[in-house]
Amino acid sequence: MNLTLKIWRQENEKAQGKFVTYEVKDISPDSSFLEMLDILNEQLVNKIQLPIAFDHDCREGICGMCSLYINGRAHGPDEGITTCQLHMRKFSDGDIITIEPWRSRGFPIIKDLMVNRDAFDNIMQSGGYISVNTGGIPDANSIPISKENSDLSMDAAACIGCGACVATCKNSSAMLFVSAKVSQFALLPQGRTEAKIISNIARMNREFLCANFS
Amino acid sequence: MKKLFSSSVGQKLIMSLSGLFLITFILVHLLLNLLLLVGPEAYNKAVHFMATNPLMHLMEPVLAAGFIFHIIYATILTLQNQKARPEAYAVVDQSESSSWASRNMYVLGGLVFIFIALHLVNFFFKMKFGVGGDLPKVVYEGIKMDDAYPLVSGLFKVWWYAVIYVIGAVLLALHLRHSLWSALQTLGMNNSNLRPILENISILYAVIIGLGFSIIPIYFLIS
Ligand code: HEM
Ligand code: SF4
Ligand code: FES
Repeated sequence: MNLTLKIWRQENEKAQGKFVTYEVKDISPDSSFLEMLDILNEQLVNKIQLPIAFDHDCREGICGMCSLYINGRAHGPDEGITTCQLHMRKFSDGDIITIEPWRSRGFPIIKDLMVNRDAFDNIMQSGGYISVNTGGIPDANSIPISKENSDLSMDAAACIGCGACVATCKNSSAMLFVSAKVSQFALLPQGRTEAKIISNIARMNREFLCANFS
Repeated sequence: MKKLFSSSVGQKLIMSLSGLFLITFILVHLLLNLLLLVGPEAYNKAVHFMATNPLMHLMEPVLAAGFIFHIIYATILTLQNQKARPEAYAVVDQSESSSWASRNMYVLGGLVFIFIALHLVNFFFKMKFGVGGDLPKVVYEGIKMDDAYPLVSGLFKVWWYAVIYVIGAVLLALHLRHSLWSALQTLGMNNSNLRPILENISILYAVIIGLGFSIIPIYFLIS
C-alpha cells in the first residue's frame, strides 16, 4: 500500500505545531499502524531527520500508552481497540491519513504526537490512600474483599487510562475515566484499613490523653 | 451548597433539573394549545382557566426562573467546554460518538430562545397585558372571558408566521432530542439497558412536541 500521511509535528509544549505531509510506500496491509510509523521513522532517521515522537509501550492493547487521533477518531477507524491494535488493512491504497495528538487542555503536548497524561495520575492520587510497605508480599487474605465487589472493581479496572474518552468527547470531559476509576477504587476497601488505623490512633489519643509523636 | 453552583457535576445538575422542569412545562403548554384544534370554546375556556388559576400565577415566576437558570448555566458550561479544548482537531469524525443535536445544544437553545422572544411578543404580552389593545370578549355559560382564539388563528393566516412557528417547533424538537435522556443520565439513570430505552423515549418525546406544535400553524394556514 502507498499512503499519504499528514502528521502533526510540534517541537515542544510551547512551540507552534503544524502538519507535515509524508509519503510511505509498499506498506503491508498486515502491518500494524504503529509498525507503519516505525517504517516512516526509519526512513526519516536514514535521511538524518528527527523521527516522529509517539507514545506506545506494550503494543498488545493493555497498557493504554498509545494515543493517536486518526482521521478524526481516537485510536482510528476500528471499533473497541487501541491504536497499537489497528492494522493497515483497515485502510485502502492511496488513502490520505491525518494523524493528530489527543487535544485537550488537560493533555498538553510534549512533542509531536505525545501528550502528557499526568492529569489522570493526579486524579487517581487525589482519591486514593494507600501505604506502600516495603518487604515481602502482603498476605493475600489480610484485607478481605467480597467476590462480588472484586469482580465489579475488576470490570471497572478495564479502563487502562488511555485518554481516548477525553480525546473523543466533544466537551473534552474526563467523566468516563473518572467514573471508571471511582468505581474501581470505591468498591475496594482501599484506604479504609489505614483509615481504621488512623481512627484507632485518634481513639488512643483520646483514651490516654496523649499524642503519638513517633 | 456552594459546590452545587461551582462543581461541574453540580452545574450539570442545575441544567438537568431546570431542563426537566421546562420539559414538563412545554408538554402542558402543547396539550393546552392543541385545544385550538378542537375549537374556540374549548381553547378560550382553557386559557381562562389558566389565567384565573392561582397556582398558575404562582408558577409564572418559577417558570421564568427555570429559563433564566437554564440559560445562564448553559452559557457557563458551553464556555467551559470550549476552553477545555483550546486547539481544535483538523479532522473530526464524531458521527459514532455523539449526535448532531448534542453537539449543537447551545446553538439550538439560542435559536429556541429567539423564537420564544418572538412568541412572547405575538401572544403572551397581548393576552396578559393587553399590549396592542384589549382582546374581544366572549360569554360561555354566563362567564365572560377573553376571546384569544382569533389572535392565534389570525396570526397563522400570515404564511410566513406559520413557517416561522414550524421552524421554531423543529428547532425545539432537535434540542429535546438530546434533552430528556441526557437530563435523566445527569441524575444517574444510565446503564447499557436503560440508555437505548431512554434515548428512544427522548426521540419520541421530541417528535411529539415537534409535530404537535407544527400542526397548529399548519392547520390555521390551510383551513
Ligand atoms: C422550552 C425550552 C427548553 C427546554 C424544554 C430545554 C430542555 C433541556 C434539557 C432537558 C436539557 C438536558 C439537560 C442535561 O443534559 O442534563 C437541556 C440542555 C441544554 N439546553 Fe435546553 N431547554 C430549553 C431551552 C434552552 C435555551 C433557551 C437554551 C440556551 C440559550 C438552552 C441551552 C441548553 C444547553 C446548552 C444544553 C446542554 C447543556 C449540557 O449538557 O452541557 N436550552 N435543555
Ligand atoms: S475510560 Fe477513557 S481512559 Fe479509560 S480505557 Fe476508556 S477511553 Fe481509555
Ligand atoms: S501500546 Fe499498550 S495499549 Fe497500545
